Amino acid sequence: MNHKKNKNNRLGLDDYFGQDVYIPPSNGYIAISLAIALMFNFLPLHQDILIFSPDFVALTIVYWSINYPHKMGMSIAFIMGLMMDVGNTGILGQHALAYCIVVYLTLVFGRRLRIFNVMQQAPQISLILFTMQIVTVLVAVSGGSDLPTWYYFSATVTGTLLWVPVSLLLSTPLKQKSDPNAL
Amino acid sequence: MKTAPQFFRHGPGPLARLFVFVLLSCLLIAEDLRFKYFPELRQTIGVVIFPLQKVAYIPIHIYDQIEGLVASFYLVEENIKLKQQYMEDREQLLKLHALQAENAQLRQLLGAVQRIETNTETKAVLAEILYTPRDPFNHKITLNKGGYHNIQLGQAVIDDKGIVGQITQLYPWSSEVTLLTDKNHSVPVQVLRNNLRSVVSGTGKNDELELRYLSVNIDIQPGDLLVTSGIGGVYPPGIPVATVLRIERDPADDFAQVISTPIAGVDRNRQVLILSLAQSVLDDLIETPKIEPQKK
Repeated sequence: MNHKKNKNNRLGLDDYFGQDVYIPPSNGYIAISLAIALMFNFLPLHQDILIFSPDFVALTIVYWSINYPHKMGMSIAFIMGLMMDVGNTGILGQHALAYCIVVYLTLVFGRRLRIFNVMQQAPQISLILFTMQIVTVLVAVSGGSDLPTWYYFSATVTGTLLWVPVSLLLSTPLKQKSDPNAL
Repeated sequence: MKTAPQFFRHGPGPLARLFVFVLLSCLLIAEDLRFKYFPELRQTIGVVIFPLQKVAYIPIHIYDQIEGLVASFYLVEENIKLKQQYMEDREQLLKLHALQAENAQLRQLLGAVQRIETNTETKAVLAEILYTPRDPFNHKITLNKGGYHNIQLGQAVIDDKGIVGQITQLYPWSSEVTLLTDKNHSVPVQVLRNNLRSVVSGTGKNDELELRYLSVNIDIQPGDLLVTSGIGGVYPPGIPVATVLRIERDPADDFAQVISTPIAGVDRNRQVLILSLAQSVLDDLIETPKIEPQKK
């Protein structure tokens, strides 16, 4: 296991799955991570910065849904979406619908995504985030809003850039401390 | 089957589950857009997420503390400046009192209905903006004062320069303000220069409001100040709303296109004032206006 890790140690990211052993996350840990993500979404930022800020809840949901699909169901995503809608003063059900579709996409593509390392997952995550934004736009337009300007979708770009740090951060507490080869 | 490990146990397939949740979301969206049967649902979720919003506000709070500490070094200078400002304002206020008295007298002479002096009866509550929505569809902000602080639906929200919006959703500890720029929001205004009355509506864009249905030959110039007219009873009269930016008079159209820009920092402020109309005044306005007999 170790020699494999050293051989392709270019970015230090290759020790993702298959190489390191991860303990399954507890439900409490998932709940806390989602709450913190929601809190990040509620940060009172300036409007100009806000448009670039990614949807942390979506990123967290994607992470859990890819790596531990049995822990992250659509019902949790739906509830998170409702909370996001109320906090966001938007149409009730807008983010709920978007997050459910995100979970569906990750369930369908999850097995394929798990083959890649975090770095290689990023471009594919961007497609998922983009789909999510399109769904929110469609719901908003059906509610009578105008189409947003193109830089509304910059949140997808920042979300993609933040995918690597977010997923590394979420996986750090799950790394098994003791070396399983010691036995 | 009961002893089957979790690995083999699956519920309905992803597509079936997605179908159920999409249906549920669509029902909710339709309910929220059209019918609004369960306002309690939004209220409950609002209470649940309030602690998170409060925690998210902590960094700003710390920043404020530090800023306050830094500002305290300049307190003396600021105090002098404020005193000067106060004296200047005081003079204006004295003039205003005199004018008000004169106005009342003239109105009595004319036998007009006493103008409702909402300006003096308003009790303002200072509130901080807890959250501004992240997507450009919602021209709404969340304030940190709610039903618990005796805030009511429909109260006007202003900043130091002019009208910001109106409270449209109430939670126990927070409230939602629909901004002037929201597409579904209108304010009755009048042009300060010639008292022309109209209604200014949001366009859904930041920094843009429009006056609809004004004829092509209307007397409006760029730079005109629009203030609240007080008609409708929600907004106290005389508060600045917007300045006219440009007027497009196309003879082919029936109406002139009057684009104006809000005066208040609709998307810039952190602190706002929630004005409260005296309840009795509001009731009077909704019922038929009473014409007081002339006192002599």
